[in-house]
Amino acid sequence: MYERIASNERKTWLLIAVFIVLVALIGWLVGELTGFGLWGLGIAFGLSIAMTSGSYFASDKVALSMSRAAPANENDYPQLHNVVEGLSIAAGIPKPRVYVVKDEAPNAFATGRNPEHAAVAVTTGLLDKMRRDELEGVLAHELSHVKNRDTLVMTIAVTLVGVIVLLADFMLRAMWWGAMTGGDDDDSGGGGLGAPIAILGIVLLIFAPLIAQLLQFAISRRREFLADADGVFLTRYPDGLISALEKLKSDRTVVRSASRATAHLWIESPIQLEARRGRKGASKQGAWLNRLFDTHPPLDERIAALRSLALGGQVATPRAST
Amino acid sequence: MSVIVWIVIAIIAVVVILTIFAYNRLVRDRNRIDAAWSQIDVQLKRRYDLIPNLVETVKGYASHERQTFEAVTQARQQAISAGNIEDQAKAENMLTQTLRQLFAVAEAYPNLKANQSFLSLQEELTGTESRIAFARQFYNEQVLTYDNALETFPSNLIGNSFNFPPKPYFEAETASREPVRVDFGQGGGTGAPPPAS
Repeated sequence: MYERIASNERKTWLLIAVFIVLVALIGWLVGELTGFGLWGLGIAFGLSIAMTSGSYFASDKVALSMSRAAPANENDYPQLHNVVEGLSIAAGIPKPRVYVVKDEAPNAFATGRNPEHAAVAVTTGLLDKMRRDELEGVLAHELSHVKNRDTLVMTIAVTLVGVIVLLADFMLRAMWWGAMTGGDDDDSGGGGLGAPIAILGIVLLIFAPLIAQLLQFAISRRREFLADADGVFLTRYPDGLISALEKLKSDRTVVRSASRATAHLWIESPIQLEARRGRKGASKQGAWLNRLFDTHPPLDERIAALRSLALGGQVATPRAST
Repeated sequence: MSVIVWIVIAIIAVVVILTIFAYNRLVRDRNRIDAAWSQIDVQLKRRYDLIPNLVETVKGYASHERQTFEAVTQARQQAISAGNIEDQAKAENMLTQTLRQLFAVAEAYPNLKANQSFLSLQEELTGTESRIAFARQFYNEQVLTYDNALETFPSNLIGNSFNFPPKPYFEAETASREPVRVDFGQGGGTGAPPPAS
């Protein structure tokens, strides 16, 4: 249990490290190709930090308003508040703000830059369709996102994708423009680099945005597995989350106010659900490729991972009995 | 000064700094345990406060179940006035059992089960029971961290020399090991199954 969580953590940080290397590489390339030298690196990092901190402070407000979440009144949703408060005690974090999204589709998400500024939102569909223990499983997953600061991790990942897209796009446009107008001065476009390296650089610039996206999705999938495991560690009751995920699997409704921009936040990806429907008859070969573009692991895999935890029995070891 | 003197000074400085860090960490861990313990008390008190209301509400519909009311009230009184932790744990178990009986009695009165304030009290109690369980779970996790630090090198040296005694885990009586479930047909429970060992 502990080892699995630790290995998940390591993989996340490895992915983030790869991310930073990618940003540095792009920055360096920009510098070399434009002749700015190390300034390119500085610009890349400056941009990353500025954009990340900007989205860091605004992320919760944006996410909540985009999904049309309204604050949940304690008198109208006593069970929801009770469950959130109990789980916050178990996690040792302050009770986050609680929101409700009026939507048939059962789903939930957490947001906020740190545990002190966190918020959880659930759909009315989730409240209608889940039993108490299932609701507890889902909210434990969300509170684990808060506790693990996944919102921060994902904000960094999403923003770095933006930086890479921006830089690569700028560079390709500049070079295209340079090739069309100039062209009298052979080595100006290539900076201090030789032709083969310049071509390699261009290829990298073309593919960097794609690679960055895939990295972001890979990080997101890691964090989902981790939040499942940590959530069960809070409730000490894998069956609750397992049966909640089963219900999500069989449910066919989709959250209307969710978009691609907020997809990574929800407990079950609202986008994948749409894709799954359209994909129904698709060939198996495409499945692996599609998976690379998913923000969440398939529900079946998450359920299987939880089952193996439940069978291991380690989850129940240091439980204070009730 | 010779190089050796500088090396010795550097080593002493490192040792002092590490000692300070380890000491502060133990103090922090110990304070967290105290905070976790008081959280349990907060939740237990919340439960005591709910009970008189609950008893009154049930009385309105099932006035002749006097025995059950008296048992609950008495158990609550014992739990509040318990002198030490052991007595308190025993009284708490008693209280849990009598509450279970109270809800079993309520089952027989359809009007009561439809009463809005009874339903909200029932939800409050279920929520409080699970908060108590979660608070105990959190307390045990903090104890685990602290006791681990006391037994591993080098923090064990600091623990031994500055009087940091190991803290006990919260262990419930065997009687209360079965999950507390105030569960009346709405499925689920407080998310507390018996340990799967």
